[in-house]
Amino acid sequence: MNAYPSNEVVLDLNNVVKKFADNEVLRGVSLQLHRHEVVCLIGASGSGKSTLLRCANLLESIDGGSISLFGQSLLHDHIDPDLVRRHIGMVFQSFNLFPHLSVLNNIVLGPVRALKRKPAEVREEALALLERIGLRDRANEYPDRLSGGQQQRVAIVRSLAMRPSLLLLDEVTSALDPTLVGEVLDLLRDLAANGTTMLVATHEMNFARDVARQVAYLDHGVLVEQGTPEEIFNHPQHESTRTFLERVR
Amino acid sequence: MTLGTDEGSSTTPNLFTPRRRRILKGRRGLVASTLSSVVLIGALVSVFFWAPGSASVRFYFFNGHDMWQSFIGHPQNGLLSVGRGFLTNIWMCLLCEVLILLLGLAVAWIRVSRSPVLLPFRVLSTAYTDVFRGIPLLLVVFMVGFGLPAMGLGFLSSQSPDVYGCIALTITYTAYVAEVFRAGIYSVPNGQILAARSLGLTHATIMRRVTLPQAVRTVIPPLLNDFISLQKDTALVSVLGAIEAARAAQIYESTTFNGSGLVVASLLFLAITIPLTRFTDGLLDRDRRRRLAALT
Repeated sequence: MNAYPSNEVVLDLNNVVKKFADNEVLRGVSLQLHRHEVVCLIGASGSGKSTLLRCANLLESIDGGSISLFGQSLLHDHIDPDLVRRHIGMVFQSFNLFPHLSVLNNIVLGPVRALKRKPAEVREEALALLERIGLRDRANEYPDRLSGGQQQRVAIVRSLAMRPSLLLLDEVTSALDPTLVGEVLDLLRDLAANGTTMLVATHEMNFARDVARQVAYLDHGVLVEQGTPEEIFNHPQHESTRTFLERVR
Repeated sequence: MTLGTDEGSSTTPNLFTPRRRRILKGRRGLVASTLSSVVLIGALVSVFFWAPGSASVRFYFFNGHDMWQSFIGHPQNGLLSVGRGFLTNIWMCLLCEVLILLLGLAVAWIRVSRSPVLLPFRVLSTAYTDVFRGIPLLLVVFMVGFGLPAMGLGFLSSQSPDVYGCIALTITYTAYVAEVFRAGIYSVPNGQILAARSLGLTHATIMRRVTLPQAVRTVIPPLLNDFISLQKDTALVSVLGAIEAARAAQIYESTTFNGSGLVVASLLFLAITIPLTRFTDGLLDRDRRRRLAALT
């Protein structure tokens, strides 16, 4: 359970519709993310979890509805997507670390090139972050020398170095060896305990149950139901939610 | 048929190499490969020596005295040195390569850009690569070599044949190299771009810091291949009268009626291209192994 409830809405998705050609991937999804809140998106593969995250980050344009960040509509003509993304961290299933840069430079790139911060200062901060995840001694190695779990933790730290207002996590443990899932989830638990605002698409039901304040179940682009972990996992209201939970249990 | 492994066979399967194929394995394999090499090389050499015209071909192309004479040249007799001519090939190749890499990268960058300001340049560079990859280099050499001087453009129209040759080589090869760069840029996985965009980096920064560094690494072997062809194609500049190795060898041939200079020129080209080819193949091999290792 989260230690910092708050009423301030960070991200507001309202009736979001997304189509790929004729295929309607999101059919009017509404979701609010408050400051210091962790919301977990659950649902089968292809239910639209990843697409929803990408829309929130303006990596995909939407075909209906609205998205706002701190009360400002992101659909406004004069919105600069690059500026929006500097406030939203995103971590991917496949890590996507830059293979030609050392671990340290992977982390430093964003703050220095996008935020124009001083390299020396950012480097200090990056090393401190690496220290926190126990990878300071790997700072000068290249990503291919790291295990999947280590790479994913570096990817999380890379997005944190931008000091984002919220984190979008897209099935960040799905590509990992089962033995490496734990270290990544532990880091996410730490982040949640520190009050990090996160929207997490995940197949890890135990993690969702422990960490999320709200759980939302998506099915074929429809947000079927949303509630506290207790409500969703113990008293699901809809038949499709029940079926899904039985299948993953 | 059951759904599962074969449970019917109780006999031990035979796992030994058939007797008639054992000759190819182990120590005998060495004997076999030596034998086949000797037979093949022997056959080729004997065809060369037993051919009815062998003696005259050997005298005309592989004459030791003429090979040396053409290599060092004989200025008093109007014979130009093939060796010195080859230096022209080398500097043309090096100069052109630098220009080609820079221009090729620029053209590729323009072709993959999205800025509306660059639209006319995008159309132009697409037309450019289409046209110059389609015209034989020899024709471009002729057009530049005879066209530019005829234009009456002052400085541009009063250069030496070497310079026109370089211009023609650069124009044609830039078109090829731009396409190699472009393929390299598109080979960078989309996840890389998504991650970079999620950091709020601008399109130009992503290009410079994320896409290009990865693209350049993957296209080094194909670029070296183009570099090897470029090195050979410098010989085409001879049609404009530039005195490079092939031209010097031709002059030697038409003056002394001996073609050994042509063989000398070929050997000089090989001295450069074979090490380069081996190096490129080595790089490609290393690349392939690394990619295979990355998959596991």
